[in-house]
Amino acid sequence: MPINYYLFLSIALFSIGIVGVLTRRNAIIIFMCVELMLNAVNVLLIAFSKMHHLKALTANAATTVGTEAQLFVFFIMVVAAAEVTVGLAIIVMMYRNIHSVDINFLNRLKH
Amino acid sequence: MNITEILFWFLTAIALLGALMVVFSRNPVHSVLWLILVFFAISGHYILMNAQFLAIVNLIVYAGAIMVLFLFVIMLMNMNADAEPQKNKWLKMAGTIAGGSLLLVFVAALKDSELQYRSLEGQEGNIGLIHHLGKVLFTDYVLPFEISSVLFLSAMVGAVVIGKKD
Repeated sequence: MPINYYLFLSIALFSIGIVGVLTRRNAIIIFMCVELMLNAVNVLLIAFSKMHHLKALTANAATTVGTEAQLFVFFIMVVAAAEVTVGLAIIVMMYRNIHSVDINFLNRLKH
Repeated sequence: MNITEILFWFLTAIALLGALMVVFSRNPVHSVLWLILVFFAISGHYILMNAQFLAIVNLIVYAGAIMVLFLFVIMLMNMNADAEPQKNKWLKMAGTIAGGSLLLVFVAALKDSELQYRSLEGQEGNIGLIHHLGKVLFTDYVLPFEISSVLFLSAMVGAVVIGKKD
């Protein structure tokens, strides 16, 4: 597989996430689209990790180039998990206050 | 067309279909289920790229934990399918056009990049295994690892503080 295919897959997933954030009004769906964009970035990081690793393998058979990208993906997952807990707590709080998750009701920064 | 290419196109089709259905399905529960399908497809891609540990972590953390959290919140709110008012059609069209333009710009900028001769063929290399990743994580990256535990603690406290009834 050329690296370009993974590049275009990642771009397509990211753009679908952007379209979801821009068109949907449901706060939970917007949040899920943000998760989709994070995963698109993760796919790209892994693809470039594999690419650099394969390139370095031709020079040195015991190389560990490319490990950093996989650890970055690991930390992105960690931060995404923390973000989801706080974000869903905020959405639950918002539902408790205005009885809706429509973000159009939240355009005044007060209630 | 060998087995890797067949798997790549199969997983890509599943991922893109699932992502589109996340955006365009009316029912939020269906959106969550389609997003789980997308995460499974992405985990398959990770396995194809020799990142076995991250594939399993992706399944456990995203498909297992985060999506269950989403499902619980949606079921807690008792949302039905048409709770979302269909307001402004022009705004929706503008959002779609903006996203499509972003896709177009990215593809146009990157389609002639010199990377296209680099291939990801070959299954050699074992940096994706937990043996190697764990060693690097607990030697070179031990400080970010510990800081992320503090981040988790603060996220937990923050979620409890935000979510509790006052």
